[in-house]
Amino acid sequence: MKAFNKNMTLLLIIAFLIILPLIIKAGSEFGGADGMAEEAITEISPEYEPWIDPIWEPPGGETESLLFSLQAAIGAGIMAYCFGYMKGKKDNKNAYNR
Amino acid sequence: MKNKQLKALLIFTLVLITPKISFAMHIMEGYLSPKWAIFWTIIALPFVIKGMMRINQIVKKEPKKKMLLALVGAFVFILSALKIPSVTGSSSHPTGVGLGAILFGPTVMSFLGVIVLLFQALLLAHGGITTLGANTFSMAIAGPIVAYLIFKIMSKQNIKKDYCVFLAAALGDLVTYMVTSVQLAIAYPDPNLGIMASLGKFMSIFAVTQIPLAVVEGIITVIVYNMISEYSKEGDELIESLQ
Repeated sequence: MKAFNKNMTLLLIIAFLIILPLIIKAGSEFGGADGMAEEAITEISPEYEPWIDPIWEPPGGETESLLFSLQAAIGAGIMAYCFGYMKGKKDNKNAYNR
Repeated sequence: MKNKQLKALLIFTLVLITPKISFAMHIMEGYLSPKWAIFWTIIALPFVIKGMMRINQIVKKEPKKKMLLALVGAFVFILSALKIPSVTGSSSHPTGVGLGAILFGPTVMSFLGVIVLLFQALLLAHGGITTLGANTFSMAIAGPIVAYLIFKIMSKQNIKKDYCVFLAAALGDLVTYMVTSVQLAIAYPDPNLGIMASLGKFMSIFAVTQIPLAVVEGIITVIVYNMISEYSKEGDELIESLQ
């Protein structure tokens, strides 16, 4: 239970760190930092043209967000499986020793 | 036996199915000249090969650790899918490589990272094939090495594990973006003011954005690390690799 409380406290800190920018930078769109780097490159060498294009790009934001959620969902599923397996194994062992 | 196969299959699917981790820090396709593209690829290659051999070794000789291997891979997938707003008004995402580097050493993450980067370049147009070497070096080599070293050194000092894990993961995350900035700066020196002026510009974009995210990654890594220690405390042998 103590570990649980500690983890909850840590999660609250994380939530705070993520929400804070939304408040102090209200009005910003929070675009990707890589797009900003692209602009900086154009600023430094205006004549630079990428010499090769990506082979395939997602058709739009919706498809891209689909792929992102899928990624997080699969990662979360596997992590939950691993933790469930480890916890079950530990509980089982404890029950056996008792 | 069936369980072991299942675990191996999990790792495999994890690597194959989720291709598109879009690291907002990646250098975009076509933005490094062929000279630099080749340079970074040559530097990155030995680490990736070493990682591949190491993973083979783990799967063959220490099958009990396969579960943990799947877990650290899954951790990277989750974290790198989360684009988080930062104080600069732009977004970026954590790398998630610190946890795996602490548990398995840096080269294992080099291999997991390069596969992730490859599929992401192919399917999501994030990063790129020509910039794969450079992106691998920053995210899958430099970051994990820093995380690993910090954890090793701090652990020896009798410092509380939480702090070791936190600093290792947070600084590994930050270093990734700093290396990206350096890579861009030497490829695009400012015509008048030189490399350092460019470096300042890219650092202010990547590194500053990343500072709060590095803290977030550090804290999440502590939580997951503690859960792993907690669950495998009772002689599961999974955690032996922690030291």
